[in-house]
Amino acid sequence: MLQDKDRIFTNLYGYEDWGVDAAMKRGDWDGTREIMAKGQDWIIEEVKESGLRGRGGAGFPTGLKWSFMPKERPAGQPAYLVVNADESEPGTCKDREILRHEPHKLIEGALLAGFAMRATAAYIYVRGEFYREAERLEATVAEAYEKGLIGRNASGSGYDFDIHVHRGAGAYICGEETAMLQSLEGKKGQPRLKPPFPAMVGLYGAPTTVNNVESISVVPTILRRGAGWFSSFGRPNNTGTKLFCISGHVNKPCTVEESMSIQLRDLIERHAGGVRGGWDNLLAVIPGGSSVPLIPKSVCDEVLMDYDALREAQSGLGTAAVIVMDKSTDIVRAIARLSYFYKHESCGQCTPCREGTGWMWRVMERLVEGRARREEIDLLLEVTKQVEGHTICALGDAAAWPIQGLIRHFRDEIERRIDDYQRRTGAIAAE
Amino acid sequence: MPKLTVNGKEVEVPAGATVLQACEAAGEEIPRFCYHERLSIAGNCRMCLVEMEKSPKPIASCAMPAADGMVIRTDTETVKKAREGVLEFLLINHPLDCPICDQGGECDLQDETMGYGRGASRYAENKRAVTEKYMGPLIKTVMTRCIHCTRCIRFLQDVAGVPELGAIYRGEKMQITSYLESALTSELQGNVIDLCPVGALTSAPYSFHGRPWELRKVETVDVMDALGSNIRVDARGMEVMRVLPRLHEDVNEEWISDKTRFAYDGLKERRLDRPWVRRNGRLEEASWEEAFEAIAEGLKGINGDEIAGVVGDLNELEGMYAFREWLKTLGCTRVEGRQDGTRLEPGVRAGYLMNSGIAGIERADALLLIGSDPRLEAPVFNARIARMVRNGCRVARIGGSSDLTYAVEELGDDAALLTVLLEGKHPFTKVLEKAEHPALILGQGALMRADGAAIWAAARALAEKLGMRVAEKAGGSEEDAGEPAWNGFNVLHTAAARVGALDLGLATEGGIAAILEDAREGRLKAVFLLGADEFDTSAFANVFTVYVGTHGDEGVRHADVILPAAAYTEKHGIYLNTEGRVQWAEPAVPPPGDAREDWTIFRALSDVVGRRLPFDDRAALLARLGEELPFIAEIDVKPDAEWGEFGRAGDIASGPIPTAVGRFHFTNPIARASRTMAECDAVCHGTSGEATGTNG
Repeated sequence: MLQDKDRIFTNLYGYEDWGVDAAMKRGDWDGTREIMAKGQDWIIEEVKESGLRGRGGAGFPTGLKWSFMPKERPAGQPAYLVVNADESEPGTCKDREILRHEPHKLIEGALLAGFAMRATAAYIYVRGEFYREAERLEATVAEAYEKGLIGRNASGSGYDFDIHVHRGAGAYICGEETAMLQSLEGKKGQPRLKPPFPAMVGLYGAPTTVNNVESISVVPTILRRGAGWFSSFGRPNNTGTKLFCISGHVNKPCTVEESMSIQLRDLIERHAGGVRGGWDNLLAVIPGGSSVPLIPKSVCDEVLMDYDALREAQSGLGTAAVIVMDKSTDIVRAIARLSYFYKHESCGQCTPCREGTGWMWRVMERLVEGRARREEIDLLLEVTKQVEGHTICALGDAAAWPIQGLIRHFRDEIERRIDDYQRRTGAIAAE
Repeated sequence: MPKLTVNGKEVEVPAGATVLQACEAAGEEIPRFCYHERLSIAGNCRMCLVEMEKSPKPIASCAMPAADGMVIRTDTETVKKAREGVLEFLLINHPLDCPICDQGGECDLQDETMGYGRGASRYAENKRAVTEKYMGPLIKTVMTRCIHCTRCIRFLQDVAGVPELGAIYRGEKMQITSYLESALTSELQGNVIDLCPVGALTSAPYSFHGRPWELRKVETVDVMDALGSNIRVDARGMEVMRVLPRLHEDVNEEWISDKTRFAYDGLKERRLDRPWVRRNGRLEEASWEEAFEAIAEGLKGINGDEIAGVVGDLNELEGMYAFREWLKTLGCTRVEGRQDGTRLEPGVRAGYLMNSGIAGIERADALLLIGSDPRLEAPVFNARIARMVRNGCRVARIGGSSDLTYAVEELGDDAALLTVLLEGKHPFTKVLEKAEHPALILGQGALMRADGAAIWAAARALAEKLGMRVAEKAGGSEEDAGEPAWNGFNVLHTAAARVGALDLGLATEGGIAAILEDAREGRLKAVFLLGADEFDTSAFANVFTVYVGTHGDEGVRHADVILPAAAYTEKHGIYLNTEGRVQWAEPAVPPPGDAREDWTIFRALSDVVGRRLPFDDRAALLARLGEELPFIAEIDVKPDAEWGEFGRAGDIASGPIPTAVGRFHFTNPIARASRTMAECDAVCHGTSGEATGTNG
């Protein structure tokens, strides 16, 4: 279990003030100028060495991503850091806590990351529903400007760096990095084609890197305490500490910072007060936010919470939003609800997702009742395969995976409902 | 030049090409809905998926830049399954109402379904229905059929320059609309009908009128403006059913204006289908013999120098030639070809041609418009200028301002500014001086002014001063080597017949104004109008007037004899466009009733009146015409005209420049007879709202 001295987010629960003075007491903005003095390459190397992987869900190595930004640009061409605070993944509530209680970690991180990738400014794209959080963030940015921490000659480093807060309008798809750039530019939030990648052609056509709030917020502490310290947590390739959001049928739902590669069972029992009605009452867990396939109890017993272990379990770490479902859950209905979510949030740009999400949801709704034929389970599975991997962005995959997970682990439950329904309606018909 | 392997075959494609283009170069056909060569890439239909080595997922070939060493496969099971999957998705919410869909028979979705469809639907849910969207009188929408390829959105944005269509809502509720459901304002909007791969956007005037397999397709050229857009006229029986664009990279690419596309219903209205003779003040039906006799009677006692001829805007070279030759046999040499009163004169061809060429002008990096509104005068050409502007060309204009869909520096509506520019006292002179390929476009509006000849001369002087005429660059930089000579002096005509008329020397001292003046003063005794309708003919009230043409329009108002002629879709003809390109028109349908091809009318008339013309068939006529204008043998070539002296130096009076095209939809007798054009004009000028239930 992670010791208090190793926590990055020491004010995660807001027991202390979020403002700049309190934040500085907790160690934020300590030696920022000295860190920047060590140079851009040093920062990128350090982040690479720390093994930090993107906390937004895809888990791409953060330092590597930064190194894709061009080191030299034509005169006058800007480059941008975009911080993705459009946290909308169902089950996920980690960036929200950072915005609420640790906003200075984000602002300092944005400065250091922006400096490292030679960006001229950062845009923080805040989810539309995070109204108070956006207000707080704006106040934080104002404080930082006032203290000279950012802006001209940021933190006395001689580097000019501006930070803008931008509020979204509540579309899930705007959390996709290129859709976010479209939205920032004032266009309809629809993902762009890649290539070109944002590091080459991003916001307003300038080189851009998009990072998750958590990825950026941990950077100052990594640079202060060293890559070795950060990588001492977790398993190789899955290092560091991580915010886990545990929700659902647990006694004490919470967001908690823990070491990577912690056992799922450990995480739930230590921090969330255990599964409602005891571990044996567990049905399944969605371990990484709504986009990843669920894992049944048999897998939950042993699985570790990190990128590789969960991938081996045919799921994923995603945003580390652990959705716990006990045996009272109507699992088909739960996944059908997620299908509705993806149908609702599909941007409609590309064919498989636009048409496929609606189709999948409609079949799922019938499966909830059992109003289907057994062959339709395979049809549904095939439709998910027709969507998966054929779309512009990952929303198609995200819509397909929960259903694939359901069919993989709960096929007998679906079949039982179909049989039940046929028996019931057959009986009515016979009367 | 990246080299890549497609299905084991090596191909080399130009840098910047996409994988889709590489596959096509390798002879592989890639199905697509959203991709279109002339539009920006959307990559949203996902039909063009192919497999690429080292990529775990299939890639959208239309959006992937071809790179060296790529290994592409288009023939694998994965690719086939991916395409079948996408097609199935497109079909689940498609109404499959092909039997009542106008796109039937020329529908991309139908075609691809033949290749990738599964034969039966697995979709057991309810299909989506979408309400129709009003887009104006030209485009009929059945939005349930829409497959969201966004070609229409991208066309209006990228080519037409008016981003009036967009997608609202998201996911499966996404809809294509003009937002507030107002009529589109682009003069090129009809092209979205061709671009729509399904039957969501179809032609409103053509709706439920025909099936593609019933139509006779004739490739010809358009006369609605002076571009000579290449068109295909689809006809059934005696009727022109629709007009579609044909590909010509150097003229219209694959676009046509709405007037070109939709004015064809004017070919069936108000047509002159038999000769008429005025007896006792009333026009009466007559036979050709009676009409010819009436002309012979009417010309009795009139000398050749008391006769004048005026040709119109839509005439082909042969008709104008026969007209001129026949009038010559009467001793009349006063034939006017500039009924709009412009001061252009025959002689130096470079003086009245678009010397850069329609496609060539894209080399220009600074452009001065003088009294021209290309959006109304030649909408397809205007789209080219819009592209030039996007690529960095600076455009300024002297003359009335209007929305050209791109950024124009409006220098002011004062012809005297031309003198200021010529003297180098205007900041835009610097821009033109610095430009590598400066160009100017002289519009008919500027040339219509009383001092038009002086403006013409000033434009020539400007072209010469600013080096708009550059001889073949020899020994220049590598980039310039072999670059054709640059001539940035361009005249943009509005009439399809004008260049031909000037080539035939149809210009008289004083022009149309002098003819009208002489008619009013009684010095003119007889006038022959060959399709000339664009000026007020009331001066001919007391003059013996013969009208030869297609429509009962302005020209017949005071006509004493009317001879029915063939319209552009009904005859062979040679047209020279604004750059002097020679193009042949072919008849799609026969002329209505007793109407005849123009030159045959004068040949027949020459048997009765005047002297017999020395040609009995078109070949003989063309042989004689070729002797006079040898360049007509060079078909579909942009000529390089010799530079020379033109215009008449003089003072340019300060004052506004008139517009050559006031109402885009009403510029010629065919368009004025068209119901569709009338509807468009009403929408454009906001008069449609005034109609009440009793207005018919």
